Order: sequence, then structure tokens, then C-alpha cells
Amino acid sequence: MKQNISNIKRLSNPFAYVLSVCGFFVLLFMVIGSVYYATVAVDYHWRWFKVPQYFMYQPDITLYSEGFGEIESVSPNKDKFDVTVTTDAGERTYTVPKGSFDWTEGDLVSPGDMIATYEGDWQPGILAKGMWVTLKISFISTIFGILLGIIGGVARVSDTPVLKWSSITYVEIIRGSPLLVQIMIFYFVLGTTMNKILLMNGIPKLDPEWYGIMALSVFTGAYVVEIVRAGIESIHPGQVEAARSSGMTYFQCMFHIILPQALRTILPPLAGQFINLIKDSSLLGMISIRELTKATREGITTSLQTFELWIVCAILYLMMTFTLSMCVQYLERRTATR
Amino acid sequence: MIDVKHIYKTFYVPHEVKALVDVSNTIEAGEVVVVIGPSGSGKSTFLRCLNRLETADHGQILVDGVDIFDPKTNINKVRAEMGMVFQSFNLYPHLSVMGNVTMAQKLVRNRPKKERDEKALMLLEKVGIANKAKAWPSNLSGGQQQRVAIARALAMDPKIMLFDEPTSALDPEMIGEVLEVMKTLAKEGMTMVCVTHEMGFAREVGDRVIFMDEGMIVEEGTPEHFFKNPTHDRTKLFLKQIL
Repeated sequence: MKQNISNIKRLSNPFAYVLSVCGFFVLLFMVIGSVYYATVAVDYHWRWFKVPQYFMYQPDITLYSEGFGEIESVSPNKDKFDVTVTTDAGERTYTVPKGSFDWTEGDLVSPGDMIATYEGDWQPGILAKGMWVTLKISFISTIFGILLGIIGGVARVSDTPVLKWSSITYVEIIRGSPLLVQIMIFYFVLGTTMNKILLMNGIPKLDPEWYGIMALSVFTGAYVVEIVRAGIESIHPGQVEAARSSGMTYFQCMFHIILPQALRTILPPLAGQFINLIKDSSLLGMISIRELTKATREGITTSLQTFELWIVCAILYLMMTFTLSMCVQYLERRTATR
Repeated sequence: MIDVKHIYKTFYVPHEVKALVDVSNTIEAGEVVVVIGPSGSGKSTFLRCLNRLETADHGQILVDGVDIFDPKTNINKVRAEMGMVFQSFNLYPHLSVMGNVTMAQKLVRNRPKKERDEKALMLLEKVGIANKAKAWPSNLSGGQQQRVAIARALAMDPKIMLFDEPTSALDPEMIGEVLEVMKTLAKEGMTMVCVTHEMGFAREVGDRVIFMDEGMIVEEGTPEHFFKNPTHDRTKLFLKQIL
């Protein structure tokens, strides 16, 4: 249902309404225009056409001979050619596309001679890979964060000191220190010791990604604990009494009666938390995880397209968070039907 | 069936209130006990102590010989045998009427789906709202909700039913339908403890009336004795005010 915030219909006049809409676009163009003007003033050279290669690109492949020898054979292999070269370094067969070489059987080659040069298959660029890592890390951390949050939230509202106090301690410690510091502790303190212990037992060490996921899950979990607690406390105590008086145990009551009802209240703040999680994952670049932000930084070191790539990076984050908030809005509408 | 021995209960929040002071009583099987009294007299606390929704500070309550305040007692087993109906219905809003009536059967009694569905339909029929089985609690009137709540409690095949002011939150025209269901239950020989302000109900179906004030049982006896010739001044004053 549409509701007017104020009863005074100041914009009932269609002309005033159109004028106001125009005002918005004028403002938008003024901001974009002034940014553009500033870049022109400092002589920035925009090269947007170079941006797509950070998503998909065809690598230039050049093959060189490894020693003295000759071209053993050139035979067609489907739509490509097999070029077999026998040198003093051994026999090698290269499968290369048609037109990428200029050899016939029996030609002599010396080390460093170019055997073929061609464009390779399409490959995901550094930004696409970074975005994938960001999505993967955020998704796994979300799941662990929810698990930690629900367990912690249920523990937080229980009367048992061991559960309640553990939960309070966890939340207070995690919320009281910066995420960046926690990531450092997880990787450099916990990670170093754990990897050492793993190696001593003959198990290969964990990837930095997993320490990043741990740090993010534990961090998000602490906030989800408070969200879950608020959700549980928003349920009328009569619900607990009704469930318990029919003989349900505390946990049956919690998981079948209270949490399903709390979910509706929890959903909007939970979505906000996970949008934060996606954005916070940008800090993981500090522990050499090549997520979107670090990928952007690496792209800039090689191309010097600072302006374009940071703007693209921001837009990519915006796309991810916006999609998530759309999904949650849809879920909210579905659960709110009753 | 229920032996209440010298229970005390004091609330300290928001300020000190002696809710129960040395309350003792025995409720026999098949008896309909009606607890009445002015608000704040401790009658709800008394009822909630019977299935340990409140814990007494002192004293003992034996339900079928089991001391319910003993920490070793599995209270969930005791509660499964005692149905409770609340003033504010407390139906589960995220479940349909059917879900409300079958949930505890599933979790506590582990009944197969077919059996619990049949039981639920039978009970909804009994309380007169079988046609609302698929409805959601929020779409029901207060009287209908309370009847679902009664069916939900009965679904566990309880030996005792506790009613905590079941008609106090209802519109006047809906009180009748709920009382009708309660009367049917009483006639079937269900052991019932009802906290209520419905004097008509107390007079008609009560086997025994307990009058409480300031945490104490002031007077108890048959309805005839209680309404015709009460002995205590406090009871006389109360009856004069409400009748």
C-alpha cells in the first residue's frame, strides 16, 4: 500500500513533480560531471576499453624451440595441427592452430626460434577470479556465521551460566576489536601455530583462505548472536509457556516454536549483517587472499588504470550487495504473508 | 491426584509481593476445582505452580506421588500429563490450527502422522471447529482460538487440565462457546483446575470452590456452601462486590 509521509500534498501539481524529478537528474549529472571535469583538469587519460580484459581475455602464447634439431612432422589434428619437434633436448609435440606457424617437415631449428604464436583460449581475468573468491568466501562465512550465531544466540538466552557467559564473552571480545586486527590474529597467530601443528602431524597446511573464512565467520557470528537474541526476546513469553507446558523440552521449544517465529524479525538485520560481510571480505587482501579488492590493486599495479578499476571494483561490490538485498526482500515478503 | 503441601512463593520484582503463603490442598481425580479470588490474590501463581511454570520457594507438590520440585524429576514427563490453557490463548502463530494441535503430539508423544492427524481432527470436531483445521490462528476469533488451545492441550491425552482464566480475554459473546466446551469436559470426568471469574460456571460444574486472597486460601467448599452461606467476612465482601 502506498502511503504519503506527509498529508500535505506538496507535489500534487504534476508540473512540480516533473520539476522535482528533473532536479534529481540534474544533481546526478552535476556530480558525475564535476568528477569528470576534475579528471580532465588533472590530465587523466581514461581507457575504459582496456577494462573488459580484466574479466575475460585471450592470452598471447608464443612457443620457442628448446634446442638444436628439426621439425619431425606436421600433421593435422582436427581443426588444429600437431607440430613435432626433435631437438637435442628431446622430442616435443605442440598442438597449435592453423596459421600460427610457418614450418614444413625437415626444417632445422635453433634454440630460441619461434615455433608458433597464437591467441589462447578465453580465460577469466583477474577481476572475475577475484569476484569469484569474494563470493565463495562470503558464502561459506555466511553459513558458518549463521550457525555460530544461532548456537550463540540460543546459548545467550539460556539460564545455564556455562552457555550464557560463554556467549557473552564471545560477543564482547569479538565486537570490541577491529576486524582487521582479528584477521591478522587469525592468520599470523592462529594460522602459524595451526599450520605448524598440522605439519608436525604430516597433514598439509591450510590455505590462507580458510583462515580468512574463520575470521569472517567468527566476526559475523558475534553480531548474529545479538540479532538472534533480540529476535528470540521479541517472541511473547506465553509461547514458551505454551510449548513447555505441553511437555516439550527446552530445545524442542526453541527450534520448533521460538526460532521459526523469530526468523521473521531477524531477517532484515541479518541481511544487513551479510551485506557487511561481503564488504568486510575486502580486508582479506591483507593476508594474501586474492579477493576482489586485492585483485583490483594488482590489476592497477600492472596497468596504472587507477580510476577505471577502482570504480569497476565498487560497482561489482554494489552488484553483489544489491542482489543479496533483493533476495532478502523477496524472502521477507514470502514469510510476511501470514 | 495432586497434593499441595505448604507452598510459599514471593516475588521480588518489581516489588516484594507474597503471592502464596502456606497453601495446602488436595485435588482428587475426576474433581473440578474452581479457584476464584480478586486479582493479585495468588490464584494464577497457585495454578502455575502445579506444573512448575513457577517454582515455589518452600513446600512440596506431589502429582501422582511425584515431587515436581525435586530436581531429579523429569518435569517434561509430568507436564505431558497436564494440559494447560492460557488467558491469552498462546497459539503458535507460525503454524496452522492443525499444526498447533499436532506439534506436541509429534515432539513429545512421537505419534505417527496419521494417528496425530486423526486425533487432532477428532478433537477439533469435539470443540466444534473442525472446518477451521487448515486456517491460521490470526484468522480466528478469540473464542475459536481458545477452543483450538483447548484441543491442543487435550491432544496430549492429559490426566489433568489446568485453565488459567480461559475466558478473561474474550469478548462477552464468545465466552459461552468456550465455557460450553469446558462443561462437556467436566461431564466426561476430566480432572480440572480452573482459575476463573465466571461464577456461573463455578456454581454449575464446580465440585469444589477455593477462594483465595493475599496468597492464602481463605475459604473452600462446595459451590452451594460457598455461594449461599460463606463463613468468612472476606468471602462475603467479595461475593457482594461481584454478584
